[in-house]
Amino acid sequence: MNADILEITLLSIQVSLLATGISLFIGLPLGTWLALHPLRGRNFVLSVVNTVMALPPVVVGLFVAMTLWRSGPLGDLHLIYTPTAIVIAQTIIAAPIVTGLTASALQQLDPRLRLQLMGLGASPTQMVFSLWREARLPLLAALMAAFGSVISEVGASMMVGGNIRHQTRVLTTAIVLETGKGEFQTAISLSILLLILAYLVNLGLTLIQQRGTR
Amino acid sequence: MAQTILSVKDLVVTHGDQPVLKVDALDIQQGEVLAVIGPNGAGKSTLLLVLARLLPPSSGKVYFRGFPLEQEDELTYRRRIALVLQEPLLLHRSVFDNVAAGLKFRGLPRTEVKTRTMNWLERLEINQLKDRPAHRLSGGEAQRTSLARAFALQPELLFLDEPFSALDSPTRSRMLQDLHALLSQTGITTVFITHDLDEALILGDRVAVILGGVLRQVGRPQDVFTSPTDAEVAAFVGVETVIAGKVAAHDRGQIMVEANGLNLEAVGDIPIGTQVLFCLRPEDITLSISERATGSSARNQLSGRILRMAPSGPLVRVVVDCGLPVVALITRGSANDMKLVEGQTVTASFKATAVHLIPR
Repeated sequence: MNADILEITLLSIQVSLLATGISLFIGLPLGTWLALHPLRGRNFVLSVVNTVMALPPVVVGLFVAMTLWRSGPLGDLHLIYTPTAIVIAQTIIAAPIVTGLTASALQQLDPRLRLQLMGLGASPTQMVFSLWREARLPLLAALMAAFGSVISEVGASMMVGGNIRHQTRVLTTAIVLETGKGEFQTAISLSILLLILAYLVNLGLTLIQQRGTR
Repeated sequence: MAQTILSVKDLVVTHGDQPVLKVDALDIQQGEVLAVIGPNGAGKSTLLLVLARLLPPSSGKVYFRGFPLEQEDELTYRRRIALVLQEPLLLHRSVFDNVAAGLKFRGLPRTEVKTRTMNWLERLEINQLKDRPAHRLSGGEAQRTSLARAFALQPELLFLDEPFSALDSPTRSRMLQDLHALLSQTGITTVFITHDLDEALILGDRVAVILGGVLRQVGRPQDVFTSPTDAEVAAFVGVETVIAGKVAAHDRGQIMVEANGLNLEAVGDIPIGTQVLFCLRPEDITLSISERATGSSARNQLSGRILRMAPSGPLVRVVVDCGLPVVALITRGSANDMKLVEGQTVTASFKATAVHLIPR
């Protein structure tokens, strides 16, 4: 059982880190673009992003399951009930969170800071990097929020991963299973592990944040 | 005169369909400090943003060393200038990192970044703060950091947008002196925006007045202040008599200023030999038709002929040629009582305490 728990935990970490990482690559540029370009309808786009941020994981699970289902549009890729499917679903959950929080983090900066940076000779790329660095604390908070939501979600992982032992079983789906079997002791151990994991990641990020505010 | 570095032609900036700035022509000479003055919201900052190429004009052109600005590569141009705004807008990093920021954007070698940063930290007297996080600086220290950051770039053009208006008065006057010294040492061509006339008089080689979004007048401070082009400029500048002179004697707070062969008295504490601008508000000058204003305690009495008389509301603006133009503002009633006419000889008197001296 111990080896199983280790395997489940590692898979949880892998899948959720990967999903958070991918959503960072999608959400950071997208959120930055939304924050810095006063395009027509930006507020509409942001309100959509903010709504999607609160998307229930089961809805994402349903959508991803339908897409990856053998008879679905991407069925030929044979991804349903694989860790990749969980990563896809979790990325869809996390990306709007990173996008929305990135946009709000950058919009909180003084708009004249951009003029000042350009007036000091920053290229567009240098300016974006400077702004990210300036907003590093809220950006880290965005990452924490994204990781926290995907490591703890269960609906999507269950629906697209299938909770298959040695393959797609993660902490949350395992907890559901053990609770259903009445194996409360195992369920509690797994829950504690999940909490510790979430705590460690947040502790690390908080330490970085605090170093930044000194 | 030196060569023109920046030249504005038929510039119009509109916001929506509302015109916010109109400048028919403005030339900025190599090495000069041009002070742009005007009340808040007059369009001064808009002009600065256009000159710094951070805001495209709606129509008209800006020429940099003879070439239209839009033909220059934007980033190349922005790396030849430096900008200091009213808020220091420092990054949440150390003072050193802030001063080094623009140099790093230019990709200069690390050693050069360090040397130049240290040099300017020292020249702005903030080297002891170099490791301090920028958000823990006082207002004055933060603005010094912002100035060091701009000077370190050794820009061909320096744009300063009311850099001192958020500072308390003692800090501001020290910073003003230091900036004045740095500008004359470096000879950097500077456009300095302010709504404070003193700052414009201290720093400006020339003064440009913007009122209601229109550039009204450009010239040497003494010219703009003594001969405003219209009543609005006159009302804004207020001080109309500005005479360039030199402190000739100084005794216990009493100062004798020599200007155009005249000796004028003022109060203050300025060392002998200092070049000063001698400023008078027109309402502080009294006119009398006798040779000497008997019974007056005014220390300065100058006689001369009336050059011009122009009604200005209930008042009359009288320009008297006393060897230098002196502008007085008197009521229509007293002008009628004294039967003043152009060409008449009068005595203009004013108290030593009414004089405002500005060291240059």
